[in-house]
Amino acid sequence: MKLGKIFSRGLVLDNPIFVQVLGMCPTLAVTSTAINGLGMGVATTAVLFGSNLVVSAIRRVVPTKIRIPVYIVVIATFVTMVGMLMNAYTPELYKALGIFIPLIVVNCIILGRAESFASKNGVIQSITDGLGMGIGFTLALVVLGIVREIIGFGTVFGAQLLPAAFEPMSIMTMAPGAFLALGILMALFNKAVYPKSKS
Amino acid sequence: MEQKLIVSSSPHIRDEGSVTKVMSDVVIALLPATIGAVYFFRTNALVLILIAVITAVLAEAAVQKVRKQPVTIKDMSAVVTGLLIALNITAAAPWWLPMIGSAFAIVVVKQLFGGLGKNFMNPALAARILLTLSWTGRMTEWVSPGPDMISTATPLSFVKGQMAVPATAPGLFDTFAGNIGGCMGETSAALLLLGGLYLLYRGVIKITIPAVYVGTVALITLVYSGFNVHFMAYHVVAGGLLIGAIFMATDYSSSPVTDKGKIIFAIGCGLLTAVIRLFGGYNEGVGFSILLMNVATPLIDRYSVPTIYGEVKKQNA
Repeated sequence: MKLGKIFSRGLVLDNPIFVQVLGMCPTLAVTSTAINGLGMGVATTAVLFGSNLVVSAIRRVVPTKIRIPVYIVVIATFVTMVGMLMNAYTPELYKALGIFIPLIVVNCIILGRAESFASKNGVIQSITDGLGMGIGFTLALVVLGIVREIIGFGTVFGAQLLPAAFEPMSIMTMAPGAFLALGILMALFNKAVYPKSKS
Repeated sequence: MEQKLIVSSSPHIRDEGSVTKVMSDVVIALLPATIGAVYFFRTNALVLILIAVITAVLAEAAVQKVRKQPVTIKDMSAVVTGLLIALNITAAAPWWLPMIGSAFAIVVVKQLFGGLGKNFMNPALAARILLTLSWTGRMTEWVSPGPDMISTATPLSFVKGQMAVPATAPGLFDTFAGNIGGCMGETSAALLLLGGLYLLYRGVIKITIPAVYVGTVALITLVYSGFNVHFMAYHVVAGGLLIGAIFMATDYSSSPVTDKGKIIFAIGCGLLTAVIRLFGGYNEGVGFSILLMNVATPLIDRYSVPTIYGEVKKQNA
């Protein structure tokens, strides 16, 4: 498969959130603002890049029976590194995301890509796949974050967008708002990507 | 290929009844409470009711146009939803509150799930909860009846955390007649009961759900207050219990089919309402309890299937 195709698959046709519906826990929990969504997306992309690289590189020496624990150790290593970096350079974002940074370890997108792609393909393809999936995940989180932030706070990336007379709809900052926004975005996404589908 | 079979959900009975007839009956049953709301809260109430109904009907027509489906605004179901939303908000609400509520109820809760008869929860109540969670301050800005719109507390806030009705609370008769603060349509128990009796007479609803629901709340509040009948009566006529039990819990598509199921459903509603009112953080629990039981309805339906004639429970192995 061509590298460009591997990369673009993660963005649209196999988008981790809108198509594969993976990693719902961070998706619903941290997207109350656009900046949180972006932070979570970038952190996950970094982990995905690193874990796909290493898993692909060691794919011939890992015994099949213990591959899952090995992948988890690899993923956990990268998550710890990303967590420490965020704590050092973006402490506010680190605090805002809280427990969801360590929880990237159990994000099913990462283990899913390791198992279904990186363990079967070369290093270059695996890195491309990790970047594509990561950026697709980030884009979805940012879109969801922007929608929820505009309606729930009247701002985008912290900047006031709507006039002060607008009374924010605070349900959008809570869990029900996350489900509502995700469901409607998913429907619009499907309509845009598969316009002819009848089902 | 042309679709020759008409696929619709049961029951398949030929009769003069139609959605329009049933929904018109509900509108007629809601008229006393609506007129009461306009009488108690004057022009504001009238404007809010009109906004809610018009938005609901326009939203229904718009979604059906976009989905290229036959526009069914003549069946009155959107009117009922709009009217219920208006009766569920305070008379001091700004104009956009019923507008957002109606649009959400019709577009998201009703049409996105397939339209009439396919909504899994009551659209009007879902809208009320959406509005309450989003603009809590606006939704609980109660005013007293009359032209002056003096802000006031609802009867339920007086009995919150109490074992008996305090002397400062509005009288039981005022609460029954509707001369109190609260949502526009839930203030007058008498007018709601009148509407309920009409629905029962026309056979639009069965008495099971309202009776068991109100009965459960009455029983729990009676026992909780140490057999204080005044306290019990107060809980029954105050707040949204009657409008909820008569007009919302009886919604066809989101309540169980069988009598057994209806009883389980209504007991659940009553239990949750009483628990939220007596022990929860909110003054009122009718909205949350009916929505929660709406979600449980498929499960109740599944476990309350009646035995079919001739069915054998288990073959002797």
